[in-house]
Amino acid sequence: MTTSYTDMPLEKLLTEHPHIKDFFSAMGLHDLPHSPTLTGSLDAIDEELMLDVGIERQELLGRFAAYMDGVERLRNPNLTTIDSITVIGGRNKSGELEEFSLELRPGEVTCIVGPTGSGKSRFLADIEWLAQKDSPTGRQVLINGSVPDPTRRYAVEQKLVAQLSQNMNFVMDLSAEDFIRMHAESRMVPNIKEVCTTILNLANSLAGEQFTPETPVTALSGGQSRALMIADVACLSSSPIVLIDEIENAGIDRKRALSLLSGRNKIILMATHDPILALMGQRRLVFKNGGVACVRTTSAAEVANLAMFEEMDARLTSVRHALRSGEEISGEF
Amino acid sequence: MRLVTVAGPPSSGKTSVICKAAEALQSDGVAVGVVKFDCLSSRDQTLYERRGIPARTGLSGNLCPDHFFVSNIEECLKWGKQQKFDLLLSESAGLCNRCAPHIKDVCAICVIDNLSGVETPRKIGPMLKMADIVVITKGDIVSQAEREVFVHRVRQVNSGAIIIHVNGLTGQGGHELGRLLRDANEIDYLQGRLLRFSMPAALCSYCLGQRRIGADFQMGNVKKMELE
Repeated sequence: MTTSYTDMPLEKLLTEHPHIKDFFSAMGLHDLPHSPTLTGSLDAIDEELMLDVGIERQELLGRFAAYMDGVERLRNPNLTTIDSITVIGGRNKSGELEEFSLELRPGEVTCIVGPTGSGKSRFLADIEWLAQKDSPTGRQVLINGSVPDPTRRYAVEQKLVAQLSQNMNFVMDLSAEDFIRMHAESRMVPNIKEVCTTILNLANSLAGEQFTPETPVTALSGGQSRALMIADVACLSSSPIVLIDEIENAGIDRKRALSLLSGRNKIILMATHDPILALMGQRRLVFKNGGVACVRTTSAAEVANLAMFEEMDARLTSVRHALRSGEEISGEF
Repeated sequence: MRLVTVAGPPSSGKTSVICKAAEALQSDGVAVGVVKFDCLSSRDQTLYERRGIPARTGLSGNLCPDHFFVSNIEECLKWGKQQKFDLLLSESAGLCNRCAPHIKDVCAICVIDNLSGVETPRKIGPMLKMADIVVITKGDIVSQAEREVFVHRVRQVNSGAIIIHVNGLTGQGGHELGRLLRDANEIDYLQGRLLRFSMPAALCSYCLGQRRIGADFQMGNVKKMELE
């Protein structure tokens, strides 16, 4: 398969696959010597330069082949569509059996509750590692009802869980549009411009205050950053599971954020102690002492309470608005 | 005894990653030891020993740390065998990004962190390009998009490696890394084995203590920038 690339006219190769130029540039080879084919060009690279960049010539072609295989895998990621992830209970910190078998399906929201140190992180680690009774909890994870291929463990490009953590920062100083474009390029999606526009529009529909494509990501408010990352994960991440670590009740439409993710067929896990968010889920996993103490399905009575909590929340929000605009907080709210 | 070389830029989280993996291995009954290579000073030996991980420190001082590492690793292996470890990890800071500490047939890890930015993978030479396992740290404090771009950039420069995320604070991923290390090659001797790539070259007048600046004082392996 790679032979076809290495023997293709070099110019045609680089025009049709611009990311190949980026691959060699990342290797430290910014200007490939002129030659009819890639093989010829690599043969013509100066020995001194090879020493400087720190790779051997023979190895370079092998690396290129492996990289192209990876690109091909990225382009058809749905070799295995995920219809369900099953987690079968193991043991808690005291060695007591966890009695549950949980099936997570696309579009569902499952909340995770329990104090710090109760085993929430380990639960996620078990899913990410595709634990086969070989992690400290002894849990087992199945994909589509069966034991997954062991090589999948190390396929970092097919990571099962995308995380939207609370303490996330942007390290890069790029505009919102350039930031999303960079992510889209690394995902090798075909219609980059379209995807960027969709994500920015979605993010703005979630955020309380609008931002432009030119706004630097480092200048976004907390709510805007969360909105941008939720829209980004919904549209660009290949991970079937999204873990959300609490969504602050400010500057973002939480209900809409959840329905965006579930509408994109994500399996949503949400660590939250917010009553409204927790009851929006179809079920809650209650963690204690390093294990799942119980799985609680959201009952009809709870759904009824949710409506009441939402009403209370709306009242508090109106007080917040009044405060912001300098009104006296008196009378009916 | 199994041997693993761990390298990575300063402050990328090497020591934390090794601690988490070693603790996971120890709880499974594996005897683990660490040799720490550093330049001027290191308190990491105490850090390891406090966790019950036997450790030794080597300080390169005035010498190139990479060259110092390769001149000492054989003795370290002997020490590890005497101590009857099942697994010995060497930890060395890649201080010049062109460092090349990995040895053929010896399991090689490179630790790099998300916070260093998405340009970092292309700035690091054989230490990253030739590693068998690339451990990425500090994933919890950057955005999901940056995490994914970072993985992609690592994949560009090392398409064959196993890439794994480890959180040095919570330990998430440490157990999984430990599992990987259990399959590292058994290494009985290092005499005659090959480095995966040549180390950065040196030997000019400045290596020998010259302090004066100017063309008249530069001898040996000297390279000039192109400024035009």
